[in-house]
Amino acid sequence: MDFLLSGLLAVTWQQWLMFLIGGLLIYLAIAKGFEPSLLLPMGFGAILVNIPLSGVLNQTIEGVGNTQGIIQWLFETTISASEALPILLFIGIGAMIDFGPLLSNPKMFLFGGAAQFGIFFTILLAALLGFNLNDAASIGIIGAADGPTSILVSQIMNSQYMGPIAVAAYSYMALVPIVQPFAIKLVTTKKERMIRMEYNPKSVTKLTKLIFPIVVTIIAGLIAPQSVALVGFLMFGNLIRECGVLGSLSETAQTSLANLITLLLGITIAFKMQAGDFINTNTLLIMVLGLVAFVFDTIGGVLFAKIMNLFLKSKVNPMVGAAGISAFPMSARVIQKMGLEEDPTNHLLMHAISANVAGQIGSVVAGGVVINIVSQMLK
Amino acid sequence: MNQNVIYALEIMGKGMLSIFVVIILLTFIVLLLTKVTNLPLFKGKDDAE
Repeated sequence: MDFLLSGLLAVTWQQWLMFLIGGLLIYLAIAKGFEPSLLLPMGFGAILVNIPLSGVLNQTIEGVGNTQGIIQWLFETTISASEALPILLFIGIGAMIDFGPLLSNPKMFLFGGAAQFGIFFTILLAALLGFNLNDAASIGIIGAADGPTSILVSQIMNSQYMGPIAVAAYSYMALVPIVQPFAIKLVTTKKERMIRMEYNPKSVTKLTKLIFPIVVTIIAGLIAPQSVALVGFLMFGNLIRECGVLGSLSETAQTSLANLITLLLGITIAFKMQAGDFINTNTLLIMVLGLVAFVFDTIGGVLFAKIMNLFLKSKVNPMVGAAGISAFPMSARVIQKMGLEEDPTNHLLMHAISANVAGQIGSVVAGGVVINIVSQMLK
Repeated sequence: MNQNVIYALEIMGKGMLSIFVVIILLTFIVLLLTKVTNLPLFKGKDDAE
C-alpha cells in the first residue's frame, strides 16, 4: 500500500497551503468574477505545480531518468527564454483599443503619465523594506495595473517574485472598483468630485489614427529603448486595427490570439507558484506593496488633476486623473459611477475613458523606462 | 541611507521625468497632427470621425 500513499505522505504543509491558495484564486475567479481569465488558470496551475513529483514539472525519476514537464517547458520557452507570451498579448490588446477618445481630447494624455506615480513610490518603499533593486523595480511595476507588463518586467529583471507579483497585479486589477473609490475619497472633497466637465471632442481624421501608433513607437523607443517590445507590439496591434485593410487579422488579434495567449499565460505563470518560492513573508509584503502601488497611482492622478486646476479656466474633475491607470475600462467605469453618485447628471465617462486609454500607453512606457533605468544602474 | 534607497529615489526622478517627456511630446504631436490632418489638403470628405 505504500506506493499508493507515497504521494499523499510527500505533501508538505506549504504545498497544502498552495492548494488552498489555488482554490481561493479559482473561487475568486468563478464566484466573484475577479479577472477569471487569468486567476482561474493561475489557481489551477498552482495546484498542478504543487503536487509532489508533478508531471507538469521536469523530474528525475529513478530508473527512468529525466522527464519533461509541460508547464516548466512552457515557462522556460515562452516566458523565460523569450518573454513571448506577454509581448504577443500586447498585439491583441493594441487591436482592442480605440485611441479615438484620447486623440480627440489630447490633454488627457497627461493623466496617463501622472497615474504611474504609484510605481515609483512603491519601488522606493520596497527598497526601504530591504528588497534588492531588481525585485523592488519588479514589485513597483504592479502599479502599472497591467498584468503582462508586470510579468515581463519581473522576468527581464530576473526577479524571484514573479509568482506573487502576477497574483498581486491581477488581483488588484480586479479590485479597482474597491481600491480606487477609497483612494479618491482620501484626497478629494465632495465639491471637487462634483466638478462638471464639458465634452467637446476635436474631430480626428483617419490619417491621425494611422500615424499615431507609428509616432508613439518611435518617440517611446528613442527615449526608452527597452519599451520598444511593449509599446511596439501594442501599437502594431493598433495599426492593424486602424489601417482598415486587415479586418480579419484585427479580429483574430482581438479574439483568438488574445484568448489563446491569456489561456496559456495564466497556467504558465503558475510555474512560479511552487510552494518553495511562494510561501514566505515576502509574498505577503508584496501583496501589501501592490495595494500601495494602486492607491498611490490613484492619488498621483488625482493630485495632478488638482495641480492642473490651478492653471486651467475650465476645471478638470480630479477623479478623472485617477483613470490614468492601465486597468481598462474598469477604472473609467468607476469614475463614471462615482461622478453619478455625487451628481446624477454629471457624466464623466468620455473624459475618464480618454485618461484610461492614456494609462495604457503610460504603463507600457513606464515598464520600459524602469527596465532602462534599473539596467543602467546595475551595469 | 541604504544605497538601494538612493537608487530608488533616482529611479523615481528619472522615471517620472522620462514618462512625462514621452507623454508631453505625444500630446504636442497629436495636437499638431489633428491640426495638419484637418487641413483641406489632407482631409477627405468622409474621413473625420
